[in-house]
Amino acid sequence: MRGPLDYLGRWPLRLWLGLVGLFLYLPLVALVAFSFNDSRRTTVWRGFSLTWYRELFADTELLTAFGNSLVIAAASTLISLILGTAAALLLWRFRFAGKAALEAALGLPIVVPEICLGVAFLVFFTAIVPWPGELPWPFSLGAIIIAHTTFSFSFVALVVRARLAGFDGALAEAARDLGASEWRIFRDIMVPHLVPGLVAGALLAFTLSLDDFVITFFTSGPDTITFPIKVYSMVRFSVTPAVNAASTLLILLTAALTALALWLQGADIAKQAA
Amino acid sequence: MKGDSIIHFEGVTKRYGKVVAVDNVSLEVKEGEFFALLGPSGCGKTTLLRMLAGFEVPSEGRIFIDGEDVTLVPPNRRPVNMVFQNYAVFPHMSVADNVAYGLKVDGVHAADRARRVEEALALVKLDGLGGRKPDQLSGGQRQRVALARALVKRPRVLLLDEPLSALDAKLREAMRTELCQLQAQVGITFVMVTHDQDEALALADRCAVMQRGLLQQVASPSDLYEFPASRFVADFIGSVNLLEGQLVVDEPDHAEVAVAGVDQPVFIDHGVTGAAGTTLWLALRPEKIELHKWADAPPHPGDAPPGRNVVAGTITHVAYLGSESLYEVTLADGQRLKALRSNLTRWDQEDFALGETVWLAWHACSPAVLLT
Amino acid sequence: MLQRPGAARGVFAATGLPPIVWLLALFLAPLAVIWAYSFGENRTLVDIAITGSWANYARALKPLYLAILLKSLGFAALTTFICFILGLPVALAISFASPRAKLLLLLAVMLPFWTNLLIRTYALMAILRTEGLINSGIGAIWSLVPGLGPFEPLPLINNNFAVVVGLVYVHLPFMVLPLYAALDRLDRSLIEASLDLGAGHLATLFRVVVPLALPGIVSGIIITFIPALGAYLTPDLLGGTNSQMIANVIERQFRSANDWPFGAALSFLLMYMTFAALLLQSLIVRRHAGGAP
Repeated sequence: MRGPLDYLGRWPLRLWLGLVGLFLYLPLVALVAFSFNDSRRTTVWRGFSLTWYRELFADTELLTAFGNSLVIAAASTLISLILGTAAALLLWRFRFAGKAALEAALGLPIVVPEICLGVAFLVFFTAIVPWPGELPWPFSLGAIIIAHTTFSFSFVALVVRARLAGFDGALAEAARDLGASEWRIFRDIMVPHLVPGLVAGALLAFTLSLDDFVITFFTSGPDTITFPIKVYSMVRFSVTPAVNAASTLLILLTAALTALALWLQGADIAKQAA
Repeated sequence: MKGDSIIHFEGVTKRYGKVVAVDNVSLEVKEGEFFALLGPSGCGKTTLLRMLAGFEVPSEGRIFIDGEDVTLVPPNRRPVNMVFQNYAVFPHMSVADNVAYGLKVDGVHAADRARRVEEALALVKLDGLGGRKPDQLSGGQRQRVALARALVKRPRVLLLDEPLSALDAKLREAMRTELCQLQAQVGITFVMVTHDQDEALALADRCAVMQRGLLQQVASPSDLYEFPASRFVADFIGSVNLLEGQLVVDEPDHAEVAVAGVDQPVFIDHGVTGAAGTTLWLALRPEKIELHKWADAPPHPGDAPPGRNVVAGTITHVAYLGSESLYEVTLADGQRLKALRSNLTRWDQEDFALGETVWLAWHACSPAVLLT
Repeated sequence: MLQRPGAARGVFAATGLPPIVWLLALFLAPLAVIWAYSFGENRTLVDIAITGSWANYARALKPLYLAILLKSLGFAALTTFICFILGLPVALAISFASPRAKLLLLLAVMLPFWTNLLIRTYALMAILRTEGLINSGIGAIWSLVPGLGPFEPLPLINNNFAVVVGLVYVHLPFMVLPLYAALDRLDRSLIEASLDLGAGHLATLFRVVVPLALPGIVSGIIITFIPALGAYLTPDLLGGTNSQMIANVIERQFRSANDWPFGAALSFLLMYMTFAALLLQSLIVRRHAGGAP
C-alpha cells in the first residue's frame, strides 16, 4: 500500500528515473565494457581481452602523463588546503575593512568560466611571468600547479567555512580560560573539529585537479603533459579501445576517491550520532 | 443526523516494515461530536489521524466516512480537512489566499469564494487581516488561518493534529474555550489528536486512549477518569495510587481485597467477577483519600464506620500547590500513597506537618478495581 | 563575536596574507592583464600595445561573432531547459524517497558528476558516432526487417544536436542537486495541506512546490546555465564546424589565430554574461526572500 507522497512508487516516475539513469550510465558502461574488447572496434563485441590494458602499461608517455597528473593533484591539494583553511579562518574570525570584497574575490574562481581562467594563465605564464621551461621535474609542473591551486582553494575555503559555521566558540573560550595559547587552541580544539571539512576539501581539490582539462590545456607546455591532455590527444587522433582502458582506470580512481570521501563522512556522521 | 456514526475504522492496522504503528483498531466516531485521540508519543494516534486524512494507507482493514469506504481514496477527494500541528500555512500566499486555496482548486466562483473566505475569517475572528502575509502573524493567528482554511471547505469532519501544542500556556487556555465554542457554532465533527490529557478531558465529548498501537479504552472524559479500564489508562489519565492485592471475598453486593501493608482487607461496595485469590489492582485517586489526625482515628481499624477503609501512615513529603496540597504518606511496609487535600481556608496547609503520623481513609466506592 | 584585526594581529596576518596575496598575484593579476589586452591591438606577433580602443569589442559584436554569441546563449538556454525538464521529476523522486533509496539515488547522480569531463564526453562520442552504439543498434534491427533497403546511419555527431545532447549529459547533475536540496528543505506538511484542501498532485506542484522552491530552482538554472555557456570541450569534441561556441572561438584566438586582444575581449564578454546571470539570480532570490521567508 502506498501513501500519496510515495512518488518513488509511481510507475511513470520510475520509468522516468530509469530513462534518465540509462542516459547517464549507458555511455559510461559501454565505455568500460569495450575497454575489454578483443578488437580495435569499439562497437562490436569480439570477446574478453586485456590487450588494451597491456598496451596502456607499455605506453611510457601515458604513464608519465598519469604520474604528472598525480603530482600536480597532490601538490595543488596541499597548497589549496593551507590557503583555503587560512582564508576560511580569517573570514570566520575577523571583521575588517574590505571583508566583503575579499569574500567576493574568493568566490570568483568558482564562477569565472574555465576558458577565461585558462587564457588568463596562458597570457600570464608566457608574456608576463614566463615559466622557465628547463626546470627539473617536478618544478616544470609549477605553472599548472599554480593554476590548479587558484581554482581549487576557493572550493576548499567554501567547504571549511561551512564546517567552521558549526563550531561552538565557547569551546575556544573554555580552552583559553584553561590557559591555552592561540596556537594550542588551533591545534587542540579547532583542527579536530575541522578534520571532516579538511578531508572533504582535500578530496574535492584533488578531484578537481585530476579532472581539469581546459585550464591545463592552456597552461601546459610540450613537456608537461597531464593525463587528460594525453587522453584528449588520443581522442583527437583516433578512437581506440586504449582510450577506453585509460578512461576506465581514471573512473576507478575517481570512484575510489568518492567512496573514500563517503566512507570518511559516514564515519564522521556515525561518530556524531554516537 | 447528530448521534449517527460518521467515521468507522474497521480492524485498521498500519505497519512500517516490522514496526506495528496501529494494531487492529476498530472505532466509531459519531456525527457532531468532539472526539479526541489520546496517548503518549508513538502510540499510533497521529498515524490513525493521517490514515483518516488519507496521507497514509492502512496495511489492513478499512475506513468508512459516512458509510463510504474511503480506505484508498486520495486525500484531495475526502470530505475531511486538517489543521496541521505546525499549521502548514502557505508562506507565499496572503491570509485570504490561504483560506481561498481549497475553494479555488475546487473551482468555486470568485464572487462566491470571496464571500465564503470573508465568512470564514470572521468565524475565527481574523476579519480585516486577509491581506497580511503569514510572516506578519503571531502563532495564534496562524492557527486561526489554518482553522479558517479547513472550515471554509465545510468538511464533514475537521481533523486537528495537536492543535494547541505550539501555543504558550495562557493562549492555550483561551484557545480551548474558543475551539469548543467554534465546534458548537459550526456543528462539524471534530477529531483531535493530543498527548495532553488535560486538553482531551477539557475539550472532548469522547476520547480514545491508545498505547503502542492498541486501542485501550473509548469513553467520555469522566468515565475515563472515574472508571478506567486498565492500569495504563488509570495511570495515564491524572494521578493515581495503584494497590496490588488478592481477591478474598466476592459477593454480589460487595468484595474484599487483601492488600499487603493494609491491615484490614479493603472493602469494595460492589461485586467483582473473579475467583478467590485472583490478583487485581485498586486504582485510588489522591483526592479520594482523606487525611485524619491520629487523635481523631478510630481506636481499632475494625471500628471504622461501615463502607470506610482506613490505614495508618507517616507523612514523608508535602507539596504545597496553592489550591491544594499533595501529601505523600508512607505506610508501615514502606508503600507510599499520595493524598490530595483542598486548602479550604488560608490556614489549612498548616494542619498536617512533615513526619506526622496520620490516618488515611477512603470510601468503599472510591477505588476502581482493575483486572489488567 | 567577530574580532577586529588589532585584537590578534599575528593571527590576522598569518591567516590573511597568504590567501590575499595569492588571489591578487595569481588570480586577479592574470585576469587584469587580459582585461587590459582587450583594449589593445597587435603590433607584431608578440608585441601588444594597450591603446584603450574598443575595436575588439566592436568586432565581437559584428554579425559573424554575434551569431556565435547568440548561438552559445541559445545552446546554454536549451540545455538548461532540457536539464530542468529531465531533472525536476528526478529531484522530486529523490527528495520523497526513503532514506536508503535517497542515498543510493544521490550517489547515482553524483558518480557521473565526479567522473572526468573529458571521459564523459568521449563516452558519449562512442555512443553517437556514425559507427557508434546507437547507429549500429538501429542498423542491426533495420537489417532484420525485410524490404527496408540499406540503412543510412543517423547523423548524431558533429552537429548542433550532438552539442546539446553532450551539454545536457554533462550538466544534468548540476541541475538535479540544487533542485533536490531545495525540495528536500520544503516543509512536507505544506504539500499535505494542499492535497488535504482538495488540490491534485499537479496543482500542488505548480501552486505550492514550485513557488516555495523557487530560490533553489533559480540557482539550479543558473548553476547549469553558466558552465554550459562557457563550455569548451563538448562543442570541440561533439560539434561540427557549424556548432562552435564562444569558448572555441576564444581558444582559436589564443592558440592558432594569435589575436590575443580580440580573444581577451571575447573572454570578458563571456565573463560579463556570467556575472549578469549571477546578478539575476541574486535579484530573484532576494525578492523571493522579501516576499515570503
